[in-house]
Amino acid sequence: MTALAPSPSPASAVAPRRTARGRWYLAAAGLAVVVTAYSLTVSSVPLPFGDVLDALTGRADDALSRLVWDYQIPRIILCWAVGAGLGASGAVMQSVIRNPLASPDVLGVTRGAGVTALFVVLILPATPLSLLPVAALAGGVAVTVVVYALAYRGGTTPIRLALVGVAASACCEAMIRFLLMRYPQDVNGSLIWLAGSFFGRTWQTVAITVPWVVVCLPVVVLLGRRLDVMGLGDPMAVGLGERAEGTRRLAIGVAVVLASGAVAAAGTLSFVSLIAPHIARRLVGGRMATLTPMAAAVGVLLTLGADTLGRGISPPLEIPAGLITAVIGAPYFLYLLMRTGR
Amino acid sequence: MRLSAEGVELRYDRKVVARNLSLEIPDNQVSVLIGPNGSGKSTALKSLARLLRPAGGRVLLDGASIQSLPTKEIARRLAILPQVLTTPEAITVEDLVWFGRHPHRRTVGAPSPQDREMVEWALRSTDTAALRDQYVDQLSGGQRQRVWIAVCLAQQTDLLLLDEPTTFLDVTYQLELLDLLARLNGEEGKTIAMVLHDFNMAAEYADHIFVLAAGELVCQGTPREVLTKETMRTVFSLDVEIGVNPRSGRPLVIPLRRRPAPHRVARQTVPGSPTRS
Repeated sequence: MTALAPSPSPASAVAPRRTARGRWYLAAAGLAVVVTAYSLTVSSVPLPFGDVLDALTGRADDALSRLVWDYQIPRIILCWAVGAGLGASGAVMQSVIRNPLASPDVLGVTRGAGVTALFVVLILPATPLSLLPVAALAGGVAVTVVVYALAYRGGTTPIRLALVGVAASACCEAMIRFLLMRYPQDVNGSLIWLAGSFFGRTWQTVAITVPWVVVCLPVVVLLGRRLDVMGLGDPMAVGLGERAEGTRRLAIGVAVVLASGAVAAAGTLSFVSLIAPHIARRLVGGRMATLTPMAAAVGVLLTLGADTLGRGISPPLEIPAGLITAVIGAPYFLYLLMRTGR
Repeated sequence: MRLSAEGVELRYDRKVVARNLSLEIPDNQVSVLIGPNGSGKSTALKSLARLLRPAGGRVLLDGASIQSLPTKEIARRLAILPQVLTTPEAITVEDLVWFGRHPHRRTVGAPSPQDREMVEWALRSTDTAALRDQYVDQLSGGQRQRVWIAVCLAQQTDLLLLDEPTTFLDVTYQLELLDLLARLNGEEGKTIAMVLHDFNMAAEYADHIFVLAAGELVCQGTPREVLTKETMRTVFSLDVEIGVNPRSGRPLVIPLRRRPAPHRVARQTVPGSPTRS
């Protein structure tokens, strides 16, 4: 058996073989290392790779050390965690909602997190900034719980979840606008957060974000085969021995915690959770146990790439990573829409 | 009798489909449920497969109420091919058939040799082994239906329920599928119960036929006992002639058109009307 390179054309009917799949994993890992290394050197001040190495090995002066250890490294770790969380949660949501155009946003996670974050920043300005991610996480989870409860009629269906989610998102969006108009003098920081940015993130944010991802990612991978079966429709899933509603609830729960954690740390990074699973599916196929890790890897590459670009295009001015992912993501999304519309 | 429904009341929300329906699926036989649209045959099959919880009465599997058994445990004894299925994206035929092993596998751990064996057998039996590396969403309707059957076979159950499995298939594949089910019944003693629309397919393959109308079991028995002019008229409002299949000796249902065929007049052109080339 020869290994076939998976063709990028959507018409390819033959799945990537195991060896090809392995190669894609290696390629993604290699690329992640390269982008990470490059990203370390991109800063508002010139930072040659040699200096970074000196700082990493402890041979640099204080200022350089601080720059690398307190700014560059936590930021990159956060990109990893956020990207992996968004990619994996997108893969889970697309499987649970059974729609390739779904993402955690469908359940109002992003907007919900946005509302509570803004609320804390604008109305309770005395709150320490470190609580902002906690508030955002709570908001994202709360909105999802409400959406699930409203969609529940002795069980849920993917389409009802999605429709209620869209309505809830719109409500949250309205609240965000209201807050922004009501408190116009304090909105600058909020706007940057809403646009999705890693600016000024410290070890503290890393400490509250990474554990979520580290706990949830393995759970998602372990859920793989159950999610595969869920993807065949509720009747078939029950026929194959899954308690459909219970499994759906569990999967949504994990996906939402992953996504809310990511949004809490970095704000709205549009399209990452939508696009990463798509790219991953093209590369390694749709089986969840192989798809989710690849979706997480692609999420890391997209997020890290966007943040690096945002810092490097016109220093010292920073472009929020969320704007970059939106610029890349929107056309890709339209392309997907047209392709699935066939 | 391993699987039976005892006086079940079936409903979707407030719409009552059946009030007091009892069915006993005969072991090691091929049973077919027929009935007009809306007669509740699919609903009855769903309740037998625990996909629909009866509002009253109970479904018994091996003597226990099916609602009290863990769903995974049921999945090792009974496979169901529902009518509505979601075709997953970017999943190969072989991977999909592996999903049939789900109820037999633990969350972690490598598949057993028996898992492998059953998957290969399911692929071979349904003649889908050659498609194993293709994505299911790229297959034709007929190929896809055979793959779904393979998933159910890989489940390795004695009981196999199928809700209109021949939909989307052209006649060749309908026969091939029914032949396969007959062979599974004959060689492995599998109990098969399915909903079919075609009387003659039912007549040819069923050992036992249930006729449902408006949620009630109107009659049951062998094809010869059940497929009569009387049943066809009262249940389906159909005028039929019942013949005999010259090969199998089973009944042959020949529906008659309501009005006699019009006497065709030789074609002539009406003066002044537009003619089409």
